Amino acid sequence: MATKTLKVSIDRGASDPDIFDVPAHDNQTVLDVVSWVQQNTDPTLSYRFACRVGMCGSCAMMVNGVPRWTCRTHVSKVVRDGAVSIAPLRNLPVVKDLVVDMDPFFDKWVGAEGVHHGTLTRDDPIATVDETSPARVEANAGIECINCSVCYAACDTVAGNPDYLGPAALQRAWTLLNDAKDEGRLAILDAISGTGGCHNCHSMGSCTTYCPNELDPMSAIAGLKRETAKSFFRRGR
Amino acid sequence: MRVADITSRAHPLWLAYILHRMSGLGLALFLPFHFWILSLALTDSARLDGFLAFAEIGAVKLAEFGLVFLLAVHMFGGLRLMALEWLPWTPPQKTLAAGATAVSFLIATLFLMQAV
Repeated sequence: MATKTLKVSIDRGASDPDIFDVPAHDNQTVLDVVSWVQQNTDPTLSYRFACRVGMCGSCAMMVNGVPRWTCRTHVSKVVRDGAVSIAPLRNLPVVKDLVVDMDPFFDKWVGAEGVHHGTLTRDDPIATVDETSPARVEANAGIECINCSVCYAACDTVAGNPDYLGPAALQRAWTLLNDAKDEGRLAILDAISGTGGCHNCHSMGSCTTYCPNELDPMSAIAGLKRETAKSFFRRGR
Repeated sequence: MRVADITSRAHPLWLAYILHRMSGLGLALFLPFHFWILSLALTDSARLDGFLAFAEIGAVKLAEFGLVFLLAVHMFGGLRLMALEWLPWTPPQKTLAAGATAVSFLIATLFLMQAV
């Protein structure tokens, strides 16, 4: 194969992106490209990654205007006329170059009561979980979230409303609401029906479209909308 | 500079959302005008007759197709949204519902064409 190069533009906060020529290979991920630039051309380029196999959720970036997990995104799938543009994730404050501050994302995770609400102690017998119950099936559908913030970056409602909890945190609330081991129903319903809660969602579906793990936060949020409505008509139960 | 957030919207769910919003906005702008024209029947019938004659022009008739289109997409958009949020259907059920809507729309159109 003749040596080909990719024209990689990286948005580093200046008015124009930096352009780098990167050797093209048959098998190459977007993260490989960013790493090549950092290791061979500009060691000051900052970016974040850890596992490189789509489990840790730390390498998400905007690639050609679409939020993606860069370690599992092959260049061949996104390249256009030999060029790729890379930018930090949307909807989060940029720390430097391609590194964003994930604090707002995780703060909202906690704000949506995305924490375990247990009532048992270590002395109690282990609670049995019926894997086939409808609630468990509903919870299982959302538990493979890797906290990569791709859905958060894809969401226009997050862009327009800084208080909105966002798809990932609300989906977490929905899995806990359906979890037989979690006793936080009232706390969760209270947290997700407030100002920044599930009713801000306009069902635009970008979260579901771009989730790299093919989860469906939009339907999870629809579930929360139904539960909050039911709770309202039952006067808070 | 953020290059970024244009292409991330080009997917069916978002397009359905924006179609619903825009058609709703179009109808909201149209309705006051519509009621004002209707009110002319009581307040100024000569002016209403003048408008009705104007409405016979081909270009205006064409614009009315636009209104009917807005009404149709907004109604189906609303039904879609209510189904999406209130009926926890599985994907095959959604496909079936969309298929049934399409078939009934086809049959209704055939009847309409026969009637015309």
